[in-house]
Formats: sequence, structure tokens, C-alpha cells
Amino acid sequence: MDASSRPRLAPKARLRFDRKSSRYMLLYPERGLVLNPTAADVLQRCTGERTVGSIVEELAQKYGHEPPAVEREVMDFLQTMADRGLVQAAM
Amino acid sequence: MIEAYRPYTLVAELTYRCPLRCVYCSNPLDYGRHDRELDTATWRRVFREAEDLGVVQLNLTGGEPLVRDDLEALVEEARRLDLYTNLITSGIPLRRERLARFRALGLDNVQISIQDTAAPASDRIAGLRSFDRKLEIASWVKELGFPLTLNTVLHRENLDRVEEIVALAERLGADRLELANAQYVGWALSNRAALLPTREQLERARAVAGDARQRLRGRMEVLFVTPDYYAEFPKACMDGWGRRFIVISPDGLVLPCHAAHTLPGLHFDSVRERPLEEIWRDSPGFSAFRGLAWMPEPCRSCDRRELDFGGCRCQAFLLTGNAAATDPVCRLSPDHGLIEKAREAATETQPTPFIYRSLASSATRSERWGGLGEERRSLPPSTK
Repeated sequence: MDASSRPRLAPKARLRFDRKSSRYMLLYPERGLVLNPTAADVLQRCTGERTVGSIVEELAQKYGHEPPAVEREVMDFLQTMADRGLVQAAM
Repeated sequence: MIEAYRPYTLVAELTYRCPLRCVYCSNPLDYGRHDRELDTATWRRVFREAEDLGVVQLNLTGGEPLVRDDLEALVEEARRLDLYTNLITSGIPLRRERLARFRALGLDNVQISIQDTAAPASDRIAGLRSFDRKLEIASWVKELGFPLTLNTVLHRENLDRVEEIVALAERLGADRLELANAQYVGWALSNRAALLPTREQLERARAVAGDARQRLRGRMEVLFVTPDYYAEFPKACMDGWGRRFIVISPDGLVLPCHAAHTLPGLHFDSVRERPLEEIWRDSPGFSAFRGLAWMPEPCRSCDRRELDFGGCRCQAFLLTGNAAATDPVCRLSPDHGLIEKAREAATETQPTPFIYRSLASSATRSERWGGLGEERRSLPPSTK
């Protein structure tokens, strides 16, 4: 995963808004993650079309943080999700 | 209702009918008593009520859910409700066109059981020639673009072949592999002498699975579920009684686990008679082992009481005759000797014939309890 990767959700994973907690959940077989708002912001942008770079840029603007700091966090998060088989870099 | 008791997963046991006769089936021994199946409209209503309660995951299972010819209508409703829907199947009987219809209707995941790595051994456990067909169906699952989960229940006859099972799963392109040791309740308890592995077998298999998990990280999720009999402490069965799961039997009983309706003295309500929300909130069967108040010692004062919730009620009942006892797999249980004895017996190898799941063998057995032989637990969403 690097700035030019185009991440997308793995075929087994699906986002769903949860009315009870007012949060997004990432659902996959027999499991799920309740996402904090920033994680949801990242995963909603993992469409397989956008690069990590452009996701970082947009989120840095949205949250008013410096892009390098945002990039570190986004990359760490995406790598964790990739290791768990929930996010893939699009071919 | 406090969040501590929110159901995330509905396990819809659509039927107890099944062409397979697996010797560790998770259906109750007396499954024939629950053959008045819910109709399509009732299941659809139940899905809506479950979603309203907070359920986000739906497991369509059985028995063999494919024997229901209204499965399409059920998948359609589940998708309309945005439930993550997992079809848990033996793959028998399934035509490719039907699988393609499920894909079009929005089914999320297909889980197929494989009993072993070659036809003779696999078919021997299933009690039916089915292995080659299963492989063909697994390949359709991938061709049609579904994520594929393979589930293999482990026991002394196949535990030494975990490496081959992993290789088969890789060859089939599985996204997820569940290596789930049999748990010794229900049919698996009836066959315990033939199925319970030795500790050495288990530790070798665990190491192999661990290596595979590392090697396949990011490509295939590899789960290895230990048999309770070789754990020091019990698992949080169903994540605690009535906390995260709703299981509904084919005839509509709303249960905290697959076999709760076989425990004596508990009353469970049917979705035919009451709304699901009411049942979840205050049916006596659900209240019986919720929370901590029911616990005996050593659970009551144990540091682990909110980690394992006292373990499995069915296992406690089956081994001690008391559903409210500490799960004997816990090394702190006064009944733990029962487990040690069974483990000891497993080191003496004597061929033991299987008792296959069937109505006939069900009728000849005096026990009225069932079990969780096939690992079908799921975890609740964890907070990120």
C-alpha cells in the first residue's frame, strides 16, 4: 500500500450504517467492526478508483490537519485492514 | 434495552432436514420433534423484526437451507433489509442457475462445509457421497464472484491433515477457512470416543494452522477453533447467553444457542406467538442465564466471569446433569475430572463405530439434548 495504490473493500466486506450507534459498520462473514468516524471516512473512499494520495488530500482538508500526519494514519489504517483481508489494492 | 443485550446476529435455522448425516451435526438429537417449519411470510417478518432489534448479520443455515424452495424470497428480503447475509450450506443439492440467482439477489457470502481432503474420508463423515460435488460447487461460488468460506470440522480422523485442508482451500480460492474443532455436545458427544483427538494431534494442527495464517495473511483468513476439551478455560459460548445472538429453530423457537431447547425446565417462546422484541427482552428462557446472578461458585467470584460467562450451558448440563453448573471444561470446575478422563481415553486408540445423524438413531437414544458440534459461532462487532 503506497500513495499511488487504489484501495477498495475486499469482496467479502460491506459498509452499513447502523441506526442504533449512528456509526458505520464494516461487515464481513460472521464478524463486523464498528467504525469510528475517521475510519468510516477512509473506507467510504476505498472505491478502487481513488488513490491513497487523493484520499489523504481530501481528508486533510476536511479535518484541517497537515497532509503528512494524515497520510501516516491513513496508511497505517489501510495496511492493518489489508493484513486482515478487508481492503485490497485494486489491480 | 441496554446495549449489553443487543443481538447482532440472527442464526436462522430454516430446516433440520439435510441430505448429509454428519456424525458431529449441531442439530439436536431429537431434531425430528421440530419439523413443523415456519413459512416464508413468517421468516420474512422475523427478519424485519430482527433488523429492528439491531441485527446486522444473518446466517441462513439448517439442516440444509437449500432444501427450502423459498430461499430466494428469504435472500431477497434479507438484502432489502441490508443484512449481511451468509448462506451456510453443505452445497447439496445446488444447481449453478440457482446459485447465480442468489448472487443476483444480493447474497453476500457462501460457506461450504468440506469434511476432509479426499472423497472416501469426507463421504464417510457425511454419510453420503458428496465430496466431488462440493468441490464443483465451491468452484461455481468463486466463478460467480461470491466470497467463499470453507468450513472443516476437525476431529481425530482429519486433524493430522490440516496442511492438506489448507492447500485445498487455497486451490479453491477460499477467502476464509474455518478450521473448527468439533465441540462435544449433541451428535458429537454421542461420537466422542471416535472423534476426540489427542493433545499431541491438536498441538501439531494448531501450529500448522498458525503458519498458514501468517503465510496467507491478507489473502485468506485462517481460523482455528480449539475444542473446549483442550482449553484451560471455557469459551464465552455464543458470547454469553442472550447477549449477541438469536437462534431460531425451524419451528420458530427463539433461542440463545443452537441447542438451548434441549435443556430441561426452560421455556422458550415461538415467533408464531409473540413479537421477537418481546421474546428477546423477557422470555423466561432468555432470562435464565443472562448476566451474572445465576452463577454458582467458582464462577460467581471469578475474574473471568465476564470473559467466558461461565461457558456453555449445554455442555454443563450434558456432563453434570445441571445446566446451571460451571462448564466442566474449566479447570476450576469441581467436575473437571470428567474432561480429564475423556482426554485420557483419547490416548488409547480403539476403533469406534460412528453413530450417524438420522431420525432412527435419534429415536433410539434416550438423551433429549443436542449440541453445537459444528462451529458456527460468530463474534460481535468489536469497537474500533
